[in-house]
Amino acid sequence: MYILEFEKPILALKSKIEELRMQQQTRGDEKLLKEINKLERQTKELEKTTYSTLNPWEKTLLARHPKRPYTLDFIEHCTTEFTQLHGDRNFRDDPAIIGGLCRIDGQPFMVVGHQKGRNTQDNVKRNFGMPHPEGYRKALRLMRMASRFKVPILSLIDTPGAYPGIGAEERGQSEAIAVSLREMAALETPIIAIVTGEGGSGGAIALGVANRVLMYEHSIYSVISPEGCAGILFGDGTRAQEAAQSLRYSAQDLLSFHLIDEIIPEPLGGAHVKPDEALDQLKRAALSHFNDLRGLTGPQLVEDRYQKFRKMGEFAEG
Amino acid sequence: MTSWLTKLAPKLLSTDAKKNIPAGVWIKCPECGETLYSKDLDKNLKVCLLCNYHFRLTAEERIEQLFDENSFVEMDRGLLPIDPLKFVDSKKYKDRIKQTMAKTKLNESITSGVGKIKEREVAAAIFNFRYMGGSMGSVAGEKITRVIELALKRRIPLIIVSASGGARMQEGAFSLMQMAKTSAALSRLAQEGIPYISLMTDPTTGGVSASFAMLGDINMAEPGALIGFAGARVIQQTIKQNLPQGFQRSEFLKEHGQLDLILERKDLRDKLTELFGMLLPT
Repeated sequence: MYILEFEKPILALKSKIEELRMQQQTRGDEKLLKEINKLERQTKELEKTTYSTLNPWEKTLLARHPKRPYTLDFIEHCTTEFTQLHGDRNFRDDPAIIGGLCRIDGQPFMVVGHQKGRNTQDNVKRNFGMPHPEGYRKALRLMRMASRFKVPILSLIDTPGAYPGIGAEERGQSEAIAVSLREMAALETPIIAIVTGEGGSGGAIALGVANRVLMYEHSIYSVISPEGCAGILFGDGTRAQEAAQSLRYSAQDLLSFHLIDEIIPEPLGGAHVKPDEALDQLKRAALSHFNDLRGLTGPQLVEDRYQKFRKMGEFAEG
Repeated sequence: MTSWLTKLAPKLLSTDAKKNIPAGVWIKCPECGETLYSKDLDKNLKVCLLCNYHFRLTAEERIEQLFDENSFVEMDRGLLPIDPLKFVDSKKYKDRIKQTMAKTKLNESITSGVGKIKEREVAAAIFNFRYMGGSMGSVAGEKITRVIELALKRRIPLIIVSASGGARMQEGAFSLMQMAKTSAALSRLAQEGIPYISLMTDPTTGGVSASFAMLGDINMAEPGALIGFAGARVIQQTIKQNLPQGFQRSEFLKEHGQLDLILERKDLRDKLTELFGMLLPT
């Protein structure tokens, strides 16, 4: 079990309730029922306050929770007729980004997204969701195809960042991300991007030039990881919690900055507690934004996306 | 030094230049260790006479070297950084900005405008590495986007000279979004057939290399420049092995197909004239 510090008091209450329930069932004690009800109310209250007042570091831990729903979970739960499409046609198939055609409530979509692993072995294969250049090139290949056939794109973002490695540099990590940014801007089909967990810097925004950008309630989207930021600013990567305070990267922060369009609510306790419910919410949000965009022509969609990002930035003009 | 800004504030700039490389003194080349007379070094475009090491240039020096005399007109000088995150590390971002402005006499990490290279008008954005490591926040992103839009409107070629550690942490996600904003503007430029040459100088990394710097119709670099996505320290910590010799230097990138060419400083004006001349005949 992977238990976060702030989950402990809640889990303690829950196990206490479980214990009392067992006793109540064997003994049939009416008084215990009252006690159980009281504890359940208490638990609910505690959960509500805990999850509405998480500090930036606690948010980070939830966003990185290893049981959060990933792209493949979305595909399995929310889509039909999925065909995974592999490879960048140049170097290899990067398992840290997946993509393919599918239907969501009957509507064809191209889904692309980062893919983390569930266990060590899986994570070795998925490289912890950190793509190489060929991953971005695969995603762009699929998105361009979608634009040709006027198939809308759903992009799911969840990565610690683009992989920092020798091969990645040799094969042009920078160029792959840059080209993805430029080319996504020109695609003549609706694009909806959703940050589902960690929106790690350039490796995240490379899939994020969309008409609508949404974030899960407990996800983060940052210019740099708090560890990286602490390393540079304090010369000490272990001071990540302080950096997390300064970087203001929670979904709530980004919404207040008008950098995203909507926050998708998660079940109480986080998406990992009830992943199916969380995925249903994600699907609802994606379809609702698609419905807003479906009437626009290709050039209108490109213009809409341009103006969206054109407005971003805060400065004084003297 | 020939921009209008020089005329406005000659004193500021001359003291600044002096602080950088005091006139009439000896400068040690960080590459070969040779001691160079600073006037000779200036005359040689700040390239080591012995080993060809390209010293980092300020934007003012670059403008002076690159453009016809008195031809560069700066734009958007009034764009100033603010502190949307109320960011604090060892000091407040607000104070950091004030101190940087006082120290460098610069408003931001980008100087943009239009100048002439052998009579041809060229739109340009040039990084000042001395200003917070040439980092890109909202102002840099906005200035670059505006100069791209200007190139588009006037149908003149564009050059961006990068020298930057990447996106500016202190402006958080606002900085990150500048990568998308500038790249989207370049998408329009490409569609309209306006040539863009990216010149990467030492260093060009992170969110700058992963957006407009790598998006030139022609990507060129000065010799020996550090160019890459991730910092060497981060890579080393991740892979736990030594990095190959010359890793992330211009020559390494060219060998791996990431650069069109490596160009010495003395050849820049001629080469830009040739290339722009073929891509966008006047």
